[in-house]
Amino acid sequence: MTAHDLYLLAPPIALAGVGGLVVLLDLVTRRTGLVAAVSLLGLLLPAAFALALWGDVNTGGAMAGVFDTLVVDKFALFFQFLVLAVVALVILGAADYVARFQRYKGEFYALVLFSALGMMLLAAATELVSMYISLELTSLPLAALAAFLRDERSTEAGLKFLLLSAMSSALLLYGMVLVYGYTGSTQLGEIAQAVAAGGQPFGSPAVLAGGVLIAAGFGFKIAMFPFQMWTPDVYEGAPTPVTAYLSVASKAAGFAVLLRLFSTAFGAVSLDWGMLFAVLSALSMTVGNLMAMGQSNIKRLLAYSTIAHAGYILVGVAAMAVREPAGSEGLGLSSVLFYLGAYAATNLAAFFAVIAITNRTGNDQVDGFAGMGKKAPVVSAVLAFSLVSLIGIPPTAGFMGKLYLFNAAVRADLVWLALVGVVNSAVSAYYYLRVVKALYVSSSESRATVPSSPAVRLALGVSGLGVLFLGIFPAPLLGLAEAAVATLLSLR
Amino acid sequence: MLTAVVFTPLAGALAILLLAWLTKVIRWQGGSARRKPTPGWLKAGPRTQRARSLALLVSVAELLLSVTVFLSYDLAQGGLQLITRADWIVPINAQYYLGVDGLSAPLVLLNGLLGLCAVLASWNVRRRAKEHFIWLLVLQTAVMGVFTSLDFVLFFVFWELELIPMYLLISIWGSGRKEYSALKFLAFTIFGSAFMLVGLLVLYFSTGTFDMVALGQQKEWSNLILPVQVVFFLFFTAFAIKLPSWPVHTWLPDAHTDAPTAGSVMLAGVLIKMGGYGLIRVCVTMFPEVAREYAWLLVALGVMSVMYGAVVTMRQNDLKRMIAYSSISHMGLVLIGISSVGVAADRLSPVGLSGAALQMFTHGTITGLLFLLVGFVYEKAHTRYIPDLGGLAARMPFLAAFLVMAGLASLGLPGLSGFVAELLVFLGTFSVWGWPTAIAVFSIVLTAGYILWMVQRVMFGPALRRYDHVGDATLAEAIPVVLLFIAILAVGVYPAWLTDVFTSGVAPIISRFG
Repeated sequence: MTAHDLYLLAPPIALAGVGGLVVLLDLVTRRTGLVAAVSLLGLLLPAAFALALWGDVNTGGAMAGVFDTLVVDKFALFFQFLVLAVVALVILGAADYVARFQRYKGEFYALVLFSALGMMLLAAATELVSMYISLELTSLPLAALAAFLRDERSTEAGLKFLLLSAMSSALLLYGMVLVYGYTGSTQLGEIAQAVAAGGQPFGSPAVLAGGVLIAAGFGFKIAMFPFQMWTPDVYEGAPTPVTAYLSVASKAAGFAVLLRLFSTAFGAVSLDWGMLFAVLSALSMTVGNLMAMGQSNIKRLLAYSTIAHAGYILVGVAAMAVREPAGSEGLGLSSVLFYLGAYAATNLAAFFAVIAITNRTGNDQVDGFAGMGKKAPVVSAVLAFSLVSLIGIPPTAGFMGKLYLFNAAVRADLVWLALVGVVNSAVSAYYYLRVVKALYVSSSESRATVPSSPAVRLALGVSGLGVLFLGIFPAPLLGLAEAAVATLLSLR
Repeated sequence: MLTAVVFTPLAGALAILLLAWLTKVIRWQGGSARRKPTPGWLKAGPRTQRARSLALLVSVAELLLSVTVFLSYDLAQGGLQLITRADWIVPINAQYYLGVDGLSAPLVLLNGLLGLCAVLASWNVRRRAKEHFIWLLVLQTAVMGVFTSLDFVLFFVFWELELIPMYLLISIWGSGRKEYSALKFLAFTIFGSAFMLVGLLVLYFSTGTFDMVALGQQKEWSNLILPVQVVFFLFFTAFAIKLPSWPVHTWLPDAHTDAPTAGSVMLAGVLIKMGGYGLIRVCVTMFPEVAREYAWLLVALGVMSVMYGAVVTMRQNDLKRMIAYSSISHMGLVLIGISSVGVAADRLSPVGLSGAALQMFTHGTITGLLFLLVGFVYEKAHTRYIPDLGGLAARMPFLAAFLVMAGLASLGLPGLSGFVAELLVFLGTFSVWGWPTAIAVFSIVLTAGYILWMVQRVMFGPALRRYDHVGDATLAEAIPVVLLFIAILAVGVYPAWLTDVFTSGVAPIISRFG
């Protein structure tokens, strides 16, 4: 391990340092605000390192290191920035919520930071074992966080997450073993060579089975059909900020590693698994949207909505896999990255608004939002706007994201998948608008206003404005996304 | 210039929002300190009144702007004018590209006119008035954007932007089964636009551009990934739903009936014109061959809409529902007019198509006026059930007089605008589609029947005791009525000022069929 390796690892190491500091700080002070502020400001440190690395990568190209287990390229850094931004917003948005906990307020922040550490490593890992370890590092704190409320539902959520997480890890590990057994390497690059030389689908039946098992393992992370069963229960039971975190950061990290693994290791045989993802994408969208229709609990509704959105994002993955015509290579990948960013802003805005409202009313039901348009005008406006973005109506980030995704699908000759996607978006309007209707159309007896704290408002404001900005000026983020996928493509 | 036209209403909406917020802040400070009195200009009256004065101001400005656009359109030069063009989303080559031609300039004028009428029509809205005006203005911006966008992404953005304001207008300020109707409206439109999105992505794939002008000059479609007919119908579905054409019209009666007066005016006046505009601008201009191939389908759907709409209208007992069904009938004429273009190779007459365009304009003014009048009657008499009404002419002579005249315009009385448009449509179509046109012409008789019967049942007959207290139109109600009637009369008496513009607008489209 050289100093250069340390430099490559600097953002995750800095984040781990901040996490440790938060734990220590919590021992000596009772002021939760201070702990929150330290964890928030501490994020600047990894962000600064990541920024420095971005500058180096910009001039010198991707840097591999740490015994060739990870690579720092723009793709990894894109996700590291995304994770850091999401964590910052989650910490801000959770301020109100954490105040409700009896104990372990400091640990809440520390756990959030530690799981973010796992996600940052995931984005950079290029070797199966380090991928697996990073994944576990992500999942374990999340399981604890899901159970944080320590009531019946929350405990159930934590246990369910832990068990299914272990289950999916087992699948993943078995898949990795098969791949290793055939190719003799855990390095993505070497696996790619072995697979390409195989001459059969995936090189050999063993790798085919391995690939499917790996897809299943990650499918759990990104809440893809048919591995979505845990989502509604965990989302409903977990503390709402954790749900927000799960739905955005965990999904983004899952996609990061899925994209890297499949596009690098199995890049040569992408046609073999492209159709698989296309079909799973269509099923995820349809199942998520249809199930969401009957939900009366807002968190369950948003849980099914994330399943549907996993489906939309998989449209881009499928488009990436199915041969893209010359001149538009990488369109599928960059649209996935853009959509993840847009989706992060949108979903966080929605969840923060839900936190702001339910914190006061204590009611997770959609009916409980009746008349909020009057009682909490700003929060309701952001919630309605982010739901409109989830439908994909302009001028929102969600619309631009879908435009790129479906554009990529059409380019890859997957018009049928684009059609399934747009029809699904139209269907989804039905249940999202039910919430909008509750906010503005339904009236409620009480006239009390629903106030919210400055921290939540700030988080709401940032994510809400992000949705609007990306909806009108998507070019900057799209530029970053395109730069990020360029390195991944050059490996093919 | 066009940027101002498109975004003035939106700026107005933001100003109303800002004003409300400012008032709240100042009041709150004044209340807590107990010494700073609210400044006079903020205290002028209850909040609703300030909001509506501001909305009025904005919509008058918007009308003036759109009149300026219409007048500054140089007919001698023709083509696209007042072009605003800038890069927008560079990676996908989407532009901020606005412009008007002879087809869109009159529709911009129509939108400006109806926007003002809608604001005045909601003068008496008390419930959440501020929001009402905000959504009305946002709606106007969206429609303006649709009529002036020349970039497909921009067009689509504005096309969808209109959904949420209209949804909220119906579901909050509507009546009856308002939530059901609002959702139905939204569901139909959003399904249509889903297909449009796929269509425009397919076009982008083969041409690499979202520029609607360039797409409209495409000589032939060789490297599409879908058959060109399929692409045509992806767009056609979206526009036919919006128009609405039989058999996808069912959202319209519900939405119209349950919408508030201003909502109905905008919906009938301009929103459904987006469908006709899209058909001409996209389906006919970009795919002339397919339009010619499937003209039989257009004329069949058109005749079906005309006749079905007319027959069903006769059976309605609800004033608004009745006018809504008559809209289906009249918008069917737009389809018939469009179907006439270039079907016979030697016929390159613009008459049918400019008739269709004119029909959109006149229907916007006439039906807008009818919905206004009916809305006022409903506000005063508190019922729209025709058998319950009667003898209102004695109580509201002004409204009665204009209802008669709007009705006459609707049934195509010479001298009023409806006649000119219908004449042009039938003239342009008859030589191409003899029998179908003959059947559609028969609808005029039906229209005369249901309009006159309605006017007679509502306005005339013995005055009823229970309507003794009912008054005539107030000034705020009278202004839009008179404005719209002037427009109807102006087109009816001297149609050339409008038909010349439309003809210049459709000329390049017709030449694509040569």
